[in-house]
Amino acid sequence: MTTMTSLSTRNGARILSVGAARGDLDVPNDDLVGPIDSSDEWIRQRTGIISRVRASEGIEAVDLAETAAREALERAGLDGSRIDVVIVCTVSNTVQTPSMASLLCERIGATPAPAFDISAACAGYAYGVAQADALVRSGMAEHVLVVGVEKLSEIVDPTDRSISFLLGDGAGAVVIGPSDEPGISPSVWGSDGAQWETIRMTNTLGSMREGAAWPTLRQDGQKVFRWAVWEMAKKAREALDAAGVEPADLAAFIPHQANMRIIDEFAKQLKLPDSVVIARDIATTGNTSAASIPLAMHRILEEQPELSGGLALQIGFGAGLVYGAQVVVLP
Amino acid sequence: MAFTKDEVLAGLADLVNDETGIATENVQLEKSFTDDLDIDSISMMTIVVNAEEKFDVKIPDDEVKNLKTVQDAVDYITGAQAA
Repeated sequence: MTTMTSLSTRNGARILSVGAARGDLDVPNDDLVGPIDSSDEWIRQRTGIISRVRASEGIEAVDLAETAAREALERAGLDGSRIDVVIVCTVSNTVQTPSMASLLCERIGATPAPAFDISAACAGYAYGVAQADALVRSGMAEHVLVVGVEKLSEIVDPTDRSISFLLGDGAGAVVIGPSDEPGISPSVWGSDGAQWETIRMTNTLGSMREGAAWPTLRQDGQKVFRWAVWEMAKKAREALDAAGVEPADLAAFIPHQANMRIIDEFAKQLKLPDSVVIARDIATTGNTSAASIPLAMHRILEEQPELSGGLALQIGFGAGLVYGAQVVVLP
Repeated sequence: MAFTKDEVLAGLADLVNDETGIATENVQLEKSFTDDLDIDSISMMTIVVNAEEKFDVKIPDDEVKNLKTVQDAVDYITGAQAA
């Protein structure tokens, strides 16, 4: 029998560059408090959010994805034609098919690269990085574009007090490529479908045929908080162990920007030394689900470029429930 | 080792104080966590998780909403450790 050809594998992959696009509108708490009978102070105290970014009506999620992707490509010094795979991580694509990735792939000049979307909510970006790392190290691809993008303002309900007021719109993109040394640690990722309803849509698209309202997002905040801090702290420690890294080795901690109270308690549980920069992009961006980690990474590197080359622990967690974590070398 | 109700109340008061800064002497049995002590749902969950560790009991998510007063929490914790 003929032996099939196998690919030459690589020792490592790393994030070569990061790009970002935020919604063009700053939406302060005061703009949202009326329908939820709340106040600026109530939202700040419970979430740490001062304002969130949202995109104007004419700006689609794929537009945000394209802007972020173009910045990442430029910073990597690559033309779109050098991208071998396009992965878009999103839960706010308003069409079920075709994928946002195939449209983005065409817009950035990466056609005919394989392109597909991942539905892993706030863990989507971490899932995308896990796959890109594997694709590059296996030799299946040289450069993979991973974009976390959401226009969550499409699925908010202004009268909802559980999650809607947290949400923002944006995109974060990374180009992942070959590296002599490992630049992305083994991913710690998983799911817990027993908690499928903890963060969910109010109804299905099918139910709209019977006259149901446009589906919007809801969460059981208290349950999510416990899971996101104490269960995810265990996963974050597993990711550090898998990487062979101690908390003191980190330059930055970049958790999904779900809620400032989660971020603060999470950091406390991990006993991070003061030297570790903690991403707190949520204060003025809001929770942008799959986009939040690369957006927060982008901000950290803009504000403290000296962190480039340092190690960052990133962890995404959300609806599914699903989670994914890695230690990465900052681009 | 099982904790007495007085020990649970004192321990719970310490946890409430750690999380919110509320003076321990204000954490009294008849007080409502939300209405009297003004503890929000996120702080309540932090107190619950810390109480699990301190008293070596399990307090499931669905049980937390039933813990309306300090008395409810003390009763639940003492009952759970006896089980």
